[in-house]
Amino acid sequence: MSKANAINYKKGKEPHAREYRLVFKNVDRKGWDPGIDCYLQDGGYRELKKALLMDPVDITEDVKKSGLRGRGGAGFPTGVKWGFIPPNNTKPVYLICNADESEPGTFKDRYIIHQDPHQLLEGMIISCFATGANLAYIYIREEFPEGARILEKAIEECHQKGFLGKNILKSKFDLEIFVHRGAGAYICGEETGLIESLEGKRPYPRIKPPYFPAALGLYMCPTIVNNVESLCNVKHIIAMGGDAFAKLGTARNTGTRVLCVSGDVVNPGYFEVEVGHITMGELIHDLCGGLKPGRKLKAVIPGGSSAKVLRAGEKFKIKKGDQEIEIGIEDIPMDFDTLMACGSMAGSGGVIVIDDSRKASWILNNINEFYAHESCGQCTPCREGSLWMKKITDRITRGEASPDDVETLESVAFNIDGKTICAFGEACAWPTESFVAKFREEFLADTSEKYDDAILNPETELAAAHLSSET
Amino acid sequence: MSEANDKVNVQIDGEWHQFPKGTRMIEACRLAGKEIPHYCYHPKLSSPGNCRMCLVEMGMPPRPRPGEDPPKPDKDGHLPIQWIPRPAISCANTIAEGMGIRTDSQLTNECRHGVMEFLLINHPLDCPICDQAGECRLQEFSVEFGTGGSRFREKKVKKPKNVDIGPRIRLDDERCIMCSRCIRFCQEVADDDVLGFTDRGSHTVLGVHPGKELSNNYGLNTVDICPVGALTSNDFRFQMRVWFLKETNSICTSCGRGCNIIAGAREDKLYRLTPRDNNEVNSSWMCDYGRLNFHFLTSEARLTDPMILEHRAHRIARWSEAVGRAAEKLKEFDASKIAIIASGRMTNEELFMARRLGETLGIEKIAIVPRSGEADDYLVSADKNPNTRGARLILGKKVDKQLKEIAAGVKKGTITALIALDENLLKCGFEEDTLKKLDLLISSHILANPTASLSHVVFPSTATVAEKRGTMINRTGRLQRLNQAIDPPGQAMDLWEILRDLAQALGGSNGVYLLEDVFKLMAGTIKEFEGLSLGKIGDQGLPLLKPKESIPLLERERERIEKGIIVG
Repeated sequence: MSKANAINYKKGKEPHAREYRLVFKNVDRKGWDPGIDCYLQDGGYRELKKALLMDPVDITEDVKKSGLRGRGGAGFPTGVKWGFIPPNNTKPVYLICNADESEPGTFKDRYIIHQDPHQLLEGMIISCFATGANLAYIYIREEFPEGARILEKAIEECHQKGFLGKNILKSKFDLEIFVHRGAGAYICGEETGLIESLEGKRPYPRIKPPYFPAALGLYMCPTIVNNVESLCNVKHIIAMGGDAFAKLGTARNTGTRVLCVSGDVVNPGYFEVEVGHITMGELIHDLCGGLKPGRKLKAVIPGGSSAKVLRAGEKFKIKKGDQEIEIGIEDIPMDFDTLMACGSMAGSGGVIVIDDSRKASWILNNINEFYAHESCGQCTPCREGSLWMKKITDRITRGEASPDDVETLESVAFNIDGKTICAFGEACAWPTESFVAKFREEFLADTSEKYDDAILNPETELAAAHLSSET
Repeated sequence: MSEANDKVNVQIDGEWHQFPKGTRMIEACRLAGKEIPHYCYHPKLSSPGNCRMCLVEMGMPPRPRPGEDPPKPDKDGHLPIQWIPRPAISCANTIAEGMGIRTDSQLTNECRHGVMEFLLINHPLDCPICDQAGECRLQEFSVEFGTGGSRFREKKVKKPKNVDIGPRIRLDDERCIMCSRCIRFCQEVADDDVLGFTDRGSHTVLGVHPGKELSNNYGLNTVDICPVGALTSNDFRFQMRVWFLKETNSICTSCGRGCNIIAGAREDKLYRLTPRDNNEVNSSWMCDYGRLNFHFLTSEARLTDPMILEHRAHRIARWSEAVGRAAEKLKEFDASKIAIIASGRMTNEELFMARRLGETLGIEKIAIVPRSGEADDYLVSADKNPNTRGARLILGKKVDKQLKEIAAGVKKGTITALIALDENLLKCGFEEDTLKKLDLLISSHILANPTASLSHVVFPSTATVAEKRGTMINRTGRLQRLNQAIDPPGQAMDLWEILRDLAQALGGSNGVYLLEDVFKLMAGTIKEFEGLSLGKIGDQGLPLLKPKESIPLLERERERIEKGIIVG
């Protein structure tokens, strides 16, 4: 924390006292620019020089020791992922930086890319060195054109300074990094969908098994796909050592996390905190300045729009030491394991705060609209189910649904959950499952029994009319 | 021991089985008598696992945590199974030692019902006007895993209908369930990557890439593998309800490959030919040319009655009269002046009867008309005769070289009588003027042609496609059966019958009444056929002669099987 205090930030953009700025150290920093000179003056690429003198195996070990868990959404240990490259591999290894940040409610990677691209590149070069990749890609979403330009420029600067290209800093290590722009699809953030897209195909996620990227990834070669924030963290693990990094945060939930808070709070924004060191209540009331005047907390979606919603007033059972204790929503520490124990997930770090001015059906419909639009359409349950759910919630918000529709809605979600090729199935089913379960009364109140026999399909209506006229 | 190591123990619905390592779960279940419903999976194509219909409950022996005791095997040596709450697709996953599969559990059934409902919500349910009705996987599985009613109250997604995607195929996007079989077929088998999906989610549509069409010679296979009525054949659509079709196993006779087929007919009309699986010949495919090469059966030029040339005009005659006239005329010639032009399109039995006729009369000059064209990299053979190898085996090796000698003999006048069997002589080196010089021309034909009009006696014969029984030997030396799907028109007869009658008229009874009798005689005369009967050949044929060429499509399939991409 002392480190963060020594740096000056732009007026009005100062980090909160409870933040721990590591990855976001240079975001909103006074006098900071994304150029390489600025980065070098601040001691940039020092960790790269250090890492290039290390044994790649030791770097991977250090990352394993650090306990770093992927910051993209799944929270899988980064070092373990690197270790999945087959030991006897003879094919080229690729590293891909997943900069397709598209989970609604998440906006951390874009700040890193826009303001501190060299931190990402340094983390990537170290990671490539550790995993033996000589070719890496940054897959950036189409909606970040500025980010893509900044990265292109940063890569060019790296070439000029000898941090990229052949024989980097006389280490005999070669690396090229290319920026690849997506074409505007949420599914490209799914690692195998991303790989397909990078290969020039439709981003249909691959089946696992057998297509685990670490073994059969890009062009069927071992491929490591890491999130922007995860890769940035690698630089800091080299700087402080895996053991020291592991001391940040809490056990099994190490390091810092950038939480992106949006919704009904006074000061929405990004907050980098030690994982698990603050609770949901502290985040909302302290870091975000509380709810809007006169409003009460209704619910929080804690990890991007696909995470299951947590309702205010709900009681959660979590383990503390050997004991099981019951806590309320505001007491939940924001870490991977606790949020999972509470039935949701830390996901991508996008915290969406909902106050009592919002209708549950409206929020769910908004989410469903997104997923129905973004479903890639490859496998049946998600392709058909996501639009069906949207059509039902659409009717609920219009007040044209019957109580049966709520039941149907819920069962459609269950029929998607766990039955799809990729995690999108869960991503689109969980909001419905959790919203309906936790706000059932509210949903039912929006329905009317007079719609019990409503049929909106014109063909069915016609057929029904025809049949009744015959009798 | 090594043998045991190649096998894997799997429990399917409570019973333990052993299957070879690498067997897909879906195939293991099938072998255990448990069919798993599926749409996207096809054993000859890669497995994308996209339809989710084949989801099953699956389990593995529990992995002990550090410090825990390993699980104890039961009295038969099998470890307990820890069932996994998340279902697994059985099409793309292979079995593993100790795996458990439940094909009829609550979870499995929930998955199937769920997927079935999803597939039907945006489907137009237009079965009454859909050609696939009756052989539609969507219909079949909705009987087992569907519900009578629908919970779907919304408007269905509208998509393009009646899309012209090529000269022979039509697409209905609303019926499409996005299984991608057709796309994969075009990419993986036909090397013609013209189909693809556009848009996404529920609005995904199948279509041809801009500026492309599905016109390759194997395109109609996509219609066969389409599990629903999205792709239909322009040739077959709206012609006949499939449940009225009588299906007959036979072989295609458009080239020397001998692709195995199913002939679909009703009331002596052939409606379609579809490929039949045979992994030694055509895998599961056939070319469009062969598939559609049957419409001549109903041509207006079809000969239906025997005819005799009298006073420079043909008149219809009874069989006995025509046979009698032919025999009577033939007796007038010295055997050295007679030649027989047989055909590589004749069955072995017909060729054998031609040989017998030759032997009865002492004729030495017998030829067939060679037909060659272009081969492709898949199934089509350069030999356009379906039974060249049979002809060479039965009539002798020089049979296709003798044609020129006979033509020269006719021209010189050393040959004055010709028997032409199912061949139009004007298309194979004979000229009209020389044929006019012949003292006797007896011919059989399927369709009227200039040779028929020059003939003194004309017999109407049956077509190899669907009209006759018999056997042929394909380019790879495989002996295969043709079966009769429809009765020929009018008084048309198989050539073996025509030749039998002619031989009888010339040399008395020869004890041949049935096709089986011909085969028996053949088996007693030609050593390659020794010990065989029509029944022994079976629906998949038998390897009889050494293969003279390899089948490119099968070779590529074998490679893909070895790589584990396809099941085969």
